Amino acid sequence: MAKETERAPAADLAARVDALPTLVNSDSWLIHRGRFVTTELLLELGRGAYYLAIERGRIAALERGPRPMPSWRFALRAGEEAWRRFWQAVPEPHYHDLFAMAKRGELSIEGDLHPFMANLLYFKEVLAAPRRERHGA
Amino acid sequence: MPRRGASGTAPDMAAPIDPIIGRYVHVSLSGRPHRLYFEEAGEGIPLVCLHTAGADGRQFRHLMTDRDVTDRFRVLTFDLPWHGKSTPPEGWQREEYRLTTRAYTEAIRVFCAALELERPVVLGCSIGGRIVLSLAIEHGAEFRALIGLEAADYQAPWYDTTWLHRPDVHGSEVCAGLVSGMMAPQSPEASRWETLWHYMQGGPGVFKGDLYFYRVDGDLRDRVGAIDTARCPLYLLTGEYDFSCTPEDTLRTARQIAGVETQIMKELGHFPMSENPAQFRRYILPVLERIRARG
Repeated sequence: MAKETERAPAADLAARVDALPTLVNSDSWLIHRGRFVTTELLLELGRGAYYLAIERGRIAALERGPRPMPSWRFALRAGEEAWRRFWQAVPEPHYHDLFAMAKRGELSIEGDLHPFMANLLYFKEVLAAPRRERHGA
Repeated sequence: MPRRGASGTAPDMAAPIDPIIGRYVHVSLSGRPHRLYFEEAGEGIPLVCLHTAGADGRQFRHLMTDRDVTDRFRVLTFDLPWHGKSTPPEGWQREEYRLTTRAYTEAIRVFCAALELERPVVLGCSIGGRIVLSLAIEHGAEFRALIGLEAADYQAPWYDTTWLHRPDVHGSEVCAGLVSGMMAPQSPEASRWETLWHYMQGGPGVFKGDLYFYRVDGDLRDRVGAIDTARCPLYLLTGEYDFSCTPEDTLRTARQIAGVETQIMKELGHFPMSENPAQFRRYILPVLERIRARG
């Protein structure tokens, strides 16, 4: 069972994800951009899973897996090293964009992609938000 | 008579005006009348600039206002049919736009002939870079030199283009969202967002229609070896952050073409001329100078 193999991601990455609600919810323009977004997504870092509930552009809940009955509209899955490179303040080529990582096979984007594609600028900014934070902030 | 500002008071200095002139030329393409918008600036060797898929000639506004370019080159750019300020052909409302190699080649050659350009240089980016390779194969003798930005014989697709044109996804937002990641993180924010604005202003299905050429109709694998750079010099410049046309794609293409000159541009992505004009000019000015010196 996949759940048994889930574990917490490395501390630096966990800090990045834990900072997401504050980074997003304190950005009034980002919330405005996502004002029509209410959905749930899975963010997977290596074997660590996070479930994000978004309500009208705000991150209403961030829960670390495992979950007994996981449910989400779409999932973004990449290895720990790929996310680490993606979240550098100035990322290197091929790690500067979600689709750049997907093209290289480092990130999988799966599920019902309609909320993701219909709000692409919003989700790209949400997921890149940890670049604004220094390590472990 | 002194010009007056919006408030009704005379300003101390005249407002700066870009030395770019925009006009319309009436041509026939594939047997149908077209009204193409074009801009030009400068004097000298004609340099025709081809915009990327789903955008328009505004991408080249910095090149057209750079005295180091316009003192030696007559820089021209035209909006492809369906793009920018060019009018779609009559009857467009009942057809799906699809760019083909044949139509793209015809538009460029007809534009150059209509303006009586003598052996122009053609510089194209992205789909413009791809068609430059095709021009080099098929019509090299007509051009003084060819410059492909973000150009390769083929690139692997990285998303499903059906997302670009459907009623439940805002086309202008999704087009901008997709290409937003193709620029370098070092590029100035204002220039990045101006580049995205061009994408946000594209007509419905136009970006998707351009990608038909890019993905389906314009595959040049096994054909670029026929390019004769002694007849027409070819320059290929690709940004290191371009993951659509990667440096590896351009270098693979270049390995098949004897005499081609290739450069990978640091801290640039898929839209070098508009995402970071200051960085781009460091790479393009020496190329233009070589072309000028060659005569």
